[in-house]
Amino acid sequence: MSHLDGNALAGVLSEVFTFDPTLARARCANCYSVDVLARAMVYVDGSAFVVRCASCDAVLATVMDGDGRRWVSLKGVSAIEIPR
Amino acid sequence: MSFITRGFSGRSHDRDPRLPPGQTEVSDWPVLSAGPTPRVDTEEWEFSIRTENGAHTWTWDQFMALKIDDVSTDIHCVTHWSKLGTSWRGVSIDTLFEGIETSHDFVMAHSYGGYTTNVPLDELLNGQAWIAFEFDGEPLEAEHGGPARLIVPHLYFWKSAKWVRGLVTMPNDDPGFWEQSGYHIHGDPWKEERYW
Amino acid sequence: MSGPADTAWRVGSVSRISKETPSAARIVLDVDGWPGNDAGQHLDIRLTAPDGYTATRSYSIASAGPGMVVDLAVDKLPDGEVSPFLVDDVMAGDKLEVHGPLGGWFVWRPDAASSPVQLIGGGSGVVPLIAMLRSHHDTADATPFRLLYSLRTPEDTFFPEVLKDADVDYVYTRRAPDGWPTPAGRLTKDVLAASVFAAAEKPRVFLCGSTGFVETVAAWLVELGHDPRMIRTERFGGT
Repeated sequence: MSHLDGNALAGVLSEVFTFDPTLARARCANCYSVDVLARAMVYVDGSAFVVRCASCDAVLATVMDGDGRRWVSLKGVSAIEIPR
Repeated sequence: MSFITRGFSGRSHDRDPRLPPGQTEVSDWPVLSAGPTPRVDTEEWEFSIRTENGAHTWTWDQFMALKIDDVSTDIHCVTHWSKLGTSWRGVSIDTLFEGIETSHDFVMAHSYGGYTTNVPLDELLNGQAWIAFEFDGEPLEAEHGGPARLIVPHLYFWKSAKWVRGLVTMPNDDPGFWEQSGYHIHGDPWKEERYW
Repeated sequence: MSGPADTAWRVGSVSRISKETPSAARIVLDVDGWPGNDAGQHLDIRLTAPDGYTATRSYSIASAGPGMVVDLAVDKLPDGEVSPFLVDDVMAGDKLEVHGPLGGWFVWRPDAASSPVQLIGGGSGVVPLIAMLRSHHDTADATPFRLLYSLRTPEDTFFPEVLKDADVDYVYTRRAPDGWPTPAGRLTKDVLAASVFAAAEKPRVFLCGSTGFVETVAAWLVELGHDPRMIRTERFGGT
């Protein structure tokens, strides 16, 4: 299936974080690799983004819009390094 | 919302009494992709039901020897499209649960690729759900969940797990993949149970 | 231009819309309060129907630098919901809600760095690369720049007035111009190798196009010895 890059999250996540989230480095809780979110694989599932680790395919995060609301899960990220 | 884009109406909003609130009929079949499409050969495919009392497993050939139902039904996606009068062939969950005892009231469906979704057991039984392997007279394509997917047409379609590989009973209604991430725990389209 | 992300939706006014290719439109927006943008950034456009239904899609920006004028080029996807509206229905004077500039990853800033920059675009994936070429030209930056542009036919060329001043290798996939030295056909690994800065020159690569194009070309680049860390990609799939 086709997917996008983590770059595509800049719009939706900029409303959640006060920094550019695509430049943040995240550790995958499954394979422990570390990379900037911009390099993750983003699948568009209807009105949701499913963000997967580029190294192991595990789900890092989901961002879902509906009903004028937005849900963000970082369930597959063990930690995120915030640029400062 | 005060801003309106001149001339923009979105997709057309024709009403049909078979359409639940907030749904629009489509003739095509949008493919939603939460991840790469698993490619599972029927030679390797297995389906199992696991309860507190043990597991039952079927190979593809054993599965094809079961009683097969023809199912005509409407399907409703939480992303506001519905497809009316779809036809499927598959094995009823009633058939699969014959001879299986459990005190659990809930089920987690598990898929190849790692997807999960939760459904109450009594909403899978009594002719309400199937493991389907044919759509419109053709083998179910991998992008639509083939070789076999769960169909629970009376709930939003995210409950109809693509690439299903098993059902695990559970005592509590634990949330599956999307239910953990924002979708409604139950998902009845007539009550518009879309989100938390 | 790359400070904390700005969450405000702004209203952009369409100052000009024109046919860019048989399937694409160029849209020039005046966005009050636009803070300027880096080359390669994108914005989100949100359309709102009278019943409150909204549809949001991301589009790369073809312009760069300070100022409140934003150039877009939108390719119409036949099954799309937003792009056919933008290409066929939008008129000069219309207002569109925009959010941006977005994305600090797929960007190039004038820096006169020693390593060259290789741009590779497939179809409308050339749009953010156009912004980089413009920025490179407008700032008289000395970094060596090269573009490999895969497109269907000569009529599908985006921003020809920008490309004429740049070092561009064209690959025509369906029909080449009359007298073109090679027949039309898909980009191959050999043509790629012959058309980009060699891996030994350690180019920074910006690669944008459809998912399939980006996957294929990125894999070839790595096989040709390019360091994956030097390759930045932007896949598009917006409808």
